[in-house]
Amino acid sequence: MSFLEISHVRKSFGESPVLEDINLSIEKGEFVAIVGFSGVGKTTLINLIAGLFKPDSGALTLDGLKIAQPGPERGVVFQNYSLLPWLSVYENIELAVERAFPNWPSARKRQHVERYIGMVGLTPAREKRPSELSGGMRQRVSLARALAMDPQILLLDEPLSALDALTRATLQDEISRIWQANQKTVVMITNDPDEGIYLADRVVPLTAGPGATLGPSFPIEIPRPRDRKTINHDPRFKQIRRDLIEFMLKSRSKRHIAITKKLVLPDIEPEDLSRPRRIFANRRARRRAEIKEELVEVQ
Amino acid sequence: MRDSPLGKIDWIILPIIGFAAAILLWHLLSQTVSKDLPSPARAWLESRDYVMKPFEKRGEMDQGILRFTWYSLVLVAKGYAIALLAGTPIGFMLGLSKTFTKAVDPIIQILRPVSPLAWLPLGLVLFLGAGKRASEMGALFTIAVCAMWPTVLNTAVGVRSIPQDYLNVAKVLKLSRSKTLLKVLIPATLPYMFTGFRLSLGIAWLVIVAAEMLTGRPGVGGFLWQEYNALNYAHIILCILTIGIVGFILDRLMSVVERRFKTA
Repeated sequence: MSFLEISHVRKSFGESPVLEDINLSIEKGEFVAIVGFSGVGKTTLINLIAGLFKPDSGALTLDGLKIAQPGPERGVVFQNYSLLPWLSVYENIELAVERAFPNWPSARKRQHVERYIGMVGLTPAREKRPSELSGGMRQRVSLARALAMDPQILLLDEPLSALDALTRATLQDEISRIWQANQKTVVMITNDPDEGIYLADRVVPLTAGPGATLGPSFPIEIPRPRDRKTINHDPRFKQIRRDLIEFMLKSRSKRHIAITKKLVLPDIEPEDLSRPRRIFANRRARRRAEIKEELVEVQ
Repeated sequence: MRDSPLGKIDWIILPIIGFAAAILLWHLLSQTVSKDLPSPARAWLESRDYVMKPFEKRGEMDQGILRFTWYSLVLVAKGYAIALLAGTPIGFMLGLSKTFTKAVDPIIQILRPVSPLAWLPLGLVLFLGAGKRASEMGALFTIAVCAMWPTVLNTAVGVRSIPQDYLNVAKVLKLSRSKTLLKVLIPATLPYMFTGFRLSLGIAWLVIVAAEMLTGRPGVGGFLWQEYNALNYAHIILCILTIGIVGFILDRLMSVVERRFKTA
């Protein structure tokens, strides 16, 4: 059995299915990127692994134990940083450390917090509030907070999608560096295939929803450390990129034919002017509604 | 303000014009329609002692205006403190528990519009056994009950509108209940709570006058009622102005505090 095992997981909100028949096995120390279009349920998937949502059916296990609720062995980095705005950088990370290692003496806790602030290069900003930091810096704090709990697995929910291209590239390199130093298991959600291929050992596409499911794995056998500049010309990179994007587009075009929609068409009956008018008569236009079934293409 | 030099003058001159117009209107009214209304000049002459020697005590119901104000403020402070101490936890429970909301919200909606004048007799009855202190306890009860609602409702709204992100952080970090309350729920709700606190203070100050009038306690409201009965109408105006100014200052002070917490 693998370290993280997701089998036949299904999740829906109300009537609409979001995820269907999700199966994924991740080995210890593996870096897996899940790539999908926006709004197909990527965040739902990461929330399921984090234990914030419960699956409708199917099971998720980590190290053989069923995931039923959030736990300190799973560090989460949210898309929108989710730092507490009334706490400084130091205090935000301290909150996690205090919870994860309640029995440590305070000097050790402090040292631990400092170490992770240093790891993401924010020592000069340690007393600042999140509102005083740029988006990239906030995401570093969020990353440091997750890492400082020393989790067994790191869940990154589109950690870089809100950042500008340059910051994004810098942080990608940083994530890559930190991962190689810590060798944690990582599941990263992203909407950028290039980012996934550049960082991960394996990229798994999520098909277009509703009722999205995981496609086949694309193992990335490009040796590390990978070089951002030359990787674009690597034939393996190009091949995977082409296959991955083709698969994702295909999964979306399948949806074109599948959807029919009921339309309520207003149909106003013209007033009959030949009839004699009465002043107090009801002169509202009469409406007839008709339900027509039509084929709609969703782009 | 686009044209700042003129804007500044506007801020001083226009209110002065406004006040002058109001005083003029008052003067005209006292000369024409209502002969019993003291004119501004007479009101000032009769009130001068109370204003110029604001802390003098000549008798139980004959004291400087600031001394009366002080009595009222002390009573308001006590009632207000009770209102906050009771209202904030109720607000938190309303915000956190749907079951509690369903059970209690109808009661709140029914009790909320009840006037302080209706609560006061009940307060007096409740504390009949307290003997001499019955009127104070009744007044405190009335202030607390009337002033509580904005704090209750705003706190509840604040708790309900805590972003899911913060709650997710608390869940993912597995914070204990007390840590979640102290580090996440309370800080996230503070801005709303302070809006509630400010509105509550306004109401507490409104209620004090009614409470003092009915119980005859020394204070701005008690003084006002006594002077009405003693046909010293000039002092009524003095009291009204005092109540208005003090209320205004309290509101300003609270909004300064409120703004401090908004940025946090």
